[in-house]
Amino acid sequence: MSPNTVRWLKPPVFLVCLVPAGMLLLEAFGVAGLSLGANPVEALIHSLGTWSLNFLLITLAVTPLRRLTGQAWLLRFRRMFGLFAFFYLLLHFLAYAGVDQRFALGYILEDIAERPYITLGFAAFLLLIPLAATSTRGMIRRLGPRWKQLHRLVYPAAILGVWHYYWLVKADVLQPLIYAALLILLLALRLRKPTPKRARTGSLT
Amino acid sequence: MKDMRAIRPSEITSETNYRNRRAFLRDSALGLGGAALLAGLPSGAEAKTAELETVPWPGSTDEKPNSWEDVTTYNNFYEFGTGKEDPYRNAQDFVTRPWAVRVSGECDRPGDYDYEDIVGPHTLEDRVYRHRCVEAWSMVVPWVGFPLGDLLKRFEPNSQAKYVAFKTLHDPAQMPGQRRPVLRWPYREGLTIEEAMHPLTLMTVGVYGRELPNQNGAPLRLIIPWKYGFKGIKSIVEIEFTSRMPATSWNQSAPHEYGFYANVNPEVDHPRWSQARERRIGAGIFAEKQPTLMFNGYADEVAHLYSGLDLRRNY
Repeated sequence: MSPNTVRWLKPPVFLVCLVPAGMLLLEAFGVAGLSLGANPVEALIHSLGTWSLNFLLITLAVTPLRRLTGQAWLLRFRRMFGLFAFFYLLLHFLAYAGVDQRFALGYILEDIAERPYITLGFAAFLLLIPLAATSTRGMIRRLGPRWKQLHRLVYPAAILGVWHYYWLVKADVLQPLIYAALLILLLALRLRKPTPKRARTGSLT
Repeated sequence: MKDMRAIRPSEITSETNYRNRRAFLRDSALGLGGAALLAGLPSGAEAKTAELETVPWPGSTDEKPNSWEDVTTYNNFYEFGTGKEDPYRNAQDFVTRPWAVRVSGECDRPGDYDYEDIVGPHTLEDRVYRHRCVEAWSMVVPWVGFPLGDLLKRFEPNSQAKYVAFKTLHDPAQMPGQRRPVLRWPYREGLTIEEAMHPLTLMTVGVYGRELPNQNGAPLRLIIPWKYGFKGIKSIVEIEFTSRMPATSWNQSAPHEYGFYANVNPEVDHPRWSQARERRIGAGIFAEKQPTLMFNGYADEVAHLYSGLDLRRNY
């Protein structure tokens, strides 16, 4: 795919990534008869968390997919997906802290300190903040080789995120286990050593 | 507590309003060309069950009951799936007649009893109870039923009957949730004989003056308003009087998280979340959580059952 096509493709992909947020907005305000159901706070938080995990997995799928298919243009979308993962995670955290806990710092700190699944989720959130903050072209240039090292934090963050999900469900762990299986697959695909040439192109983006 | 004699449950949520709202939801969503938009919504929740002949009950809470829609589309009934709307979606074809209950154990009148034998002799009461889920949400529900104790006495339990054990129907053909071992099937619950005989413990056959919808545990379920919702076993097919504390499903699944007693207690947290506050379903997205009350607000009636019991250890 030519760089020009990729440039044309980016705005529609961006808009598609915003669809879940748009739907939640319509549901939250009851537009067009949509609704978040009987427990809107829970539905909002869970949906935002799920979409953050979805985008994390999509982001982590880019590199293995590029290696398997040889389609280098896929990398041009990786930053966008990663930033959407952070966008949904930020909204997930704000929905929890703002809508559920109404920014009551005491309750939030108690949760982070005493509820292991919240501790894990919060840790994942903290790990992803510097990655989002250093995603600009200028920061990539400024950090040089350290940028790549820093962005390896996405792996522990993804593991913590899935673990957070696994620990929060009551008994039916099927869904979190599916996420765990996909994550393990995506991480395992990285263990295979890439050909040197492709590795070099990879490090540019 | 307020005398509810003047208010019929059907007056609490107007059926016409409810139906109109549903029609609006459907029309507006389709107006957008949004068949896909509609897919996530439970449609047709207006299909109501048969009306029951009931009498008022003076002990009802005067808190505003949740809507029929909330009560019948937001359910934990893992036999029909673990999502909150799964029971509503998957239980519609569940067959609840004929229905038999096997009574056994430490009693003088064991045997198989038909639904009509079980319910027939009793007067059905409209009882508005607070309902507190172990997941820290709550509702107010106008149940219909009669004291479980009145039923149990008919089976003439003997002096060895210290506990009562209950089982839900096990029928994976009808209950898709039972095709995966999420819990150990069939679902089991139990009460001490004192809890079972307590006048607040309700053998429940309806809600909002009507027969229980399938997703709410038709045709027979328990409601023990001072305990977490999971104690209220649904679609009961077995009652056994025992001398020993019976095994219960959630306790078997995670013993450190769910005890036999499972009394609502804001001071004893679930290992993974706080039980100090609860989110009232229907209060809206910007509502604050409310404090959870000891024994779900029924302490005056039931606290004496647990005198001398360490509630932190016997959670």
